[in-house]
Amino acid sequence: MLPENLKYTKEHEWVKIDNDQATFGITEHAQSEMGDVTFVELPEKEASIEQSKAFSTIESVKAASEIYAPLSGSVTDTNEELINKPELINESPYEKGWICKIKLSNPAEADKLMDAMAYQQYLETLKK
Amino acid sequence: MQLIFEKSKDGKKVFPVPGNDTPAKFKLDKKYMRETSAELPQVSEFDVVRHFTGLSKMNLSVDSNFYPLGSCTMKYNPKFTEALAALEGFCDLHPFLPWLSGGARYAQGALELIYELQKQLCEITGMSAFTTQPLAGAHGELTGILLIAAYHEHKGNRRKIVLIPDSGHGTNPATATIAGYQVKTIASDKNGVLDLNALKSSLNKDVAAIMLTCPNTLGIFNSQIKEVTDLAHKEGTLVYCDGANLNAILGRARPGDLGFDAVHVNLHKTFATPHGGGGPGAGPVGVKKELAPFLPVPRITRENKGNFGLDFNSKLSIGHIAPFYGNFLVLLKAYAYILALGKNGLLEVSENAVINANYIMHKLKDYYELPYNRGCMHECVFSASKQAKNGVHALDIAKALIDKGIHPPTIYFPLIVKEAMMIEPTETESKETLDSFINVMIELSKLAEDDPSKFKDFPKTTPVGRLDEVKAAKDLNLRT
Amino acid sequence: MSYISNTQDDKLKMLQAIGIKDGDAEKLFKDIPKDLRARSFNIQPGKNEYEVTQHVKGLAEKNNTRLISFLGAGYYDHFIPAAIDALASRSEFYTAYTPYQSEASQGTLQAIYEYQSAICRLTGMDVANASLYDGGTAVFEATMMAMRITKKSKFLIDSGLNPIHKKILYTHSDNLPVDFKETSDVNKLLDDKTAAIILQNPNFFGTITDYTDIIKKAHNAGAVVIMSVYPLSLGILKTPAEMGADIVIGECQSLGIPLSFGGPYLGFMATKKEYVRKMPGRIAGVTTDALGRRGFVLTLQTREQHIRREKATSNICSNQALCALRALIYMCLLGKEGLKKVAQSSAVKAEYAKNILSKIKGIKLEKTLPTFNEFVIELPVKADKITQKMQDKGFIAGFPLGRFYDNMEKHLLVAVTEKHTKQQIDRYAKALELLLCN
Repeated sequence: MLPENLKYTKEHEWVKIDNDQATFGITEHAQSEMGDVTFVELPEKEASIEQSKAFSTIESVKAASEIYAPLSGSVTDTNEELINKPELINESPYEKGWICKIKLSNPAEADKLMDAMAYQQYLETLKK
Repeated sequence: MQLIFEKSKDGKKVFPVPGNDTPAKFKLDKKYMRETSAELPQVSEFDVVRHFTGLSKMNLSVDSNFYPLGSCTMKYNPKFTEALAALEGFCDLHPFLPWLSGGARYAQGALELIYELQKQLCEITGMSAFTTQPLAGAHGELTGILLIAAYHEHKGNRRKIVLIPDSGHGTNPATATIAGYQVKTIASDKNGVLDLNALKSSLNKDVAAIMLTCPNTLGIFNSQIKEVTDLAHKEGTLVYCDGANLNAILGRARPGDLGFDAVHVNLHKTFATPHGGGGPGAGPVGVKKELAPFLPVPRITRENKGNFGLDFNSKLSIGHIAPFYGNFLVLLKAYAYILALGKNGLLEVSENAVINANYIMHKLKDYYELPYNRGCMHECVFSASKQAKNGVHALDIAKALIDKGIHPPTIYFPLIVKEAMMIEPTETESKETLDSFINVMIELSKLAEDDPSKFKDFPKTTPVGRLDEVKAAKDLNLRT
Repeated sequence: MSYISNTQDDKLKMLQAIGIKDGDAEKLFKDIPKDLRARSFNIQPGKNEYEVTQHVKGLAEKNNTRLISFLGAGYYDHFIPAAIDALASRSEFYTAYTPYQSEASQGTLQAIYEYQSAICRLTGMDVANASLYDGGTAVFEATMMAMRITKKSKFLIDSGLNPIHKKILYTHSDNLPVDFKETSDVNKLLDDKTAAIILQNPNFFGTITDYTDIIKKAHNAGAVVIMSVYPLSLGILKTPAEMGADIVIGECQSLGIPLSFGGPYLGFMATKKEYVRKMPGRIAGVTTDALGRRGFVLTLQTREQHIRREKATSNICSNQALCALRALIYMCLLGKEGLKKVAQSSAVKAEYAKNILSKIKGIKLEKTLPTFNEFVIELPVKADKITQKMQDKGFIAGFPLGRFYDNMEKHLLVAVTEKHTKQQIDRYAKALELLLCN
């Protein structure tokens, strides 16, 4: 079940927006495609990231995928637990598997994102 | 089995080496010396021999097992070439010798060998000139693209893009990127060959090169290949041939005649030099006249008197791809192989390679899905998608084959086929071996229907069962 | 010769099974249009094994390896124990392929793991890869790795780097946005845009340096340090790890691999723990199976070309696995004490050669420079002319440095190994002395 309170991207990232703060992660679909996650490259604190540009890499045994920023801003916090337990992304992609938090530089960018229903429909088109 | 380090023990006799028979003493300031000795194993020669002999028994290998790894051409490695590569006259020759004034006279045999090998490869591939410097196939690809880049640069416009089909080997896009180009992928059509329309719409004056494997990685020969190369040339784009699949067309078609401007050959595939557990290989590159000025230096030359030498003068050369002339001892084995087989032998190679692959394809197509139901060349690609419906994937079939003493085919490549299994028997296998393989594959397809859960346990007869790759990547332990 | 196992009858049966009733194998090549067939295939008729062997032996005999050689310049004639050939020529090792199917390749994989371990223990570094093509391409791979780590592209190359390795670096990086500066004083040119400095120890001229301070300064400037080393010298010399190097590379030819007229050789790479994911090449790691048994697998493969494709850390596929096996066996045979003894023996014989040569009238030798088994002498005339005359006396006198350096035409690079005897060195010095007298 896709959490209703989140926004989504075509590259299978999710975003939780809280005024001018946002939290990023990857979706259930993405984690299941990747397989067991073995490593997450966390961005540096205070790094500035740009919407649609890669800000992290997630490695599994069979793939290494770039993760693209859903929104622009500067990194305020990273999920250090992923260093020793990268499997949190598989076990709890929307909660314990969050990757980083940012302070938004351009909240209006959120308009470009999909809501839960739109993302669900997008997933259906991929199945074909 | 224990690690050699775990067998180490203080007090083991030290391997004696020639000691100091001079009156000199070695004095070096402490600041240049290491604090403690390197903790290398302390074991006897016999311990070492037991250890590595034991390790060797834990491998499948061509000499022991059928090894139909698609795209790798795991054919029989003739033993006489190994003996030749051990001759002192080759092994003990210092590569810098012909760089010294008067030094070339001591390396005439080696220089002649390289020179003659180049000539043979030119004739086999239909190219004008060769370099033997590239140290592996991927290294050959890089050399080829660097040559093409130099050619375009010389004409005033390096261009920006390299086109690669979606079926291309991973080394192709990796190579293009190192050479400073952007990669654009071209789709294959429903027949498994390059989609001509997709190609036409992507070709323009920004495209430096197209990298193609011929026959392609599905084992299919594109009958319209000349159209492809002609289209490219109209735009001033050059075409590079990944020669990994040369085994299929030896003596019958030559990349040069098909319009390719450069090609690399894998001596450790087509020309039977051993794979070595992952190398060393050799990837000599052949080129058409227009690319010859850019070839690496030094080049082997022959004077009128018949003496061989080195030519370092080349304003346009891309420089050095390797320190000297390539992996000489590997070149030697390929040279001997070509001399032994000769014209008819090489024609026999492609004929039998293609017969063997087609035989397997026909015998298994009722049991495994054939994504492209047409004749193949030296390798055939099946999909385990039918078995996957029961939870038996290509990986599971591979592990089951290991239990039967058969090295699995290549799996999950090319990327455009789901659950791909690429089978390349090569020409050196007998019908008996092929029939045995076919029977095992049929047996496995039946097991996949009747009792798919059995596959999770394979392999059972090897020193270890399926290994936890996730753990290996997470709990990184890369040394002791 | 033919290595086909099928009989004519086998072929016919298979062709019939395929549906080609008349047994005409040509039909299998129908996809190759007639006008695209080979325009020529003028390859000579095949010969039998005996004939080819005689021919190639004849070529071997046209080479002369009987001259007493003091030629090194990065590639050295060390003693190779017979057990290495015996073990490396076991067909289970040399006719196997890359260990992608780990359960079928534990022999190869464990050997790779042991080789990685040996390289780490030799150099003092944390992790090593399964091999690169050679010491020259290793410099290029290290450069790309430094770019990935620092995201910068300016490199300072110490003037002591092997000139052939430098040429290989330049050729490979010609189309990449990198900037190289050669210098004899890396500290002077360091700035915050420097990605890495590239050092060599001993350097091409045989000189040993303690780079510890230079490395500290490089780190302070935010650069990483690439050091190329002569593995056998690490039997006694200060390790790159002790000096603080980040990426260590080198040519392992002297660890049990013959001179081979150019190859195959063996490049190695080792680095610090934190850079392991940026390192190219295959890497073997330890893990367990479902029954808890220890096993070895290729790991971190997602960096490699077959998965990452254009985003790969390198395009490397085949490496030098069998050569790495030889180097590993060499390091095991010689072991902790043996490697030290080989290094000492080479060094002390070079010391003897230095003493003898420095006494010859006309030869200049910088005695204060610390060297390992190779050193530079200055002759009163062009070194190249001397080496040519020495050949007629039965000696390869060394490498004339004028070949690479315009201002060093009279300088000769002389290498000595444990294989040399006092007698050979004495005769060499005598011959040189006589030549210079005239």
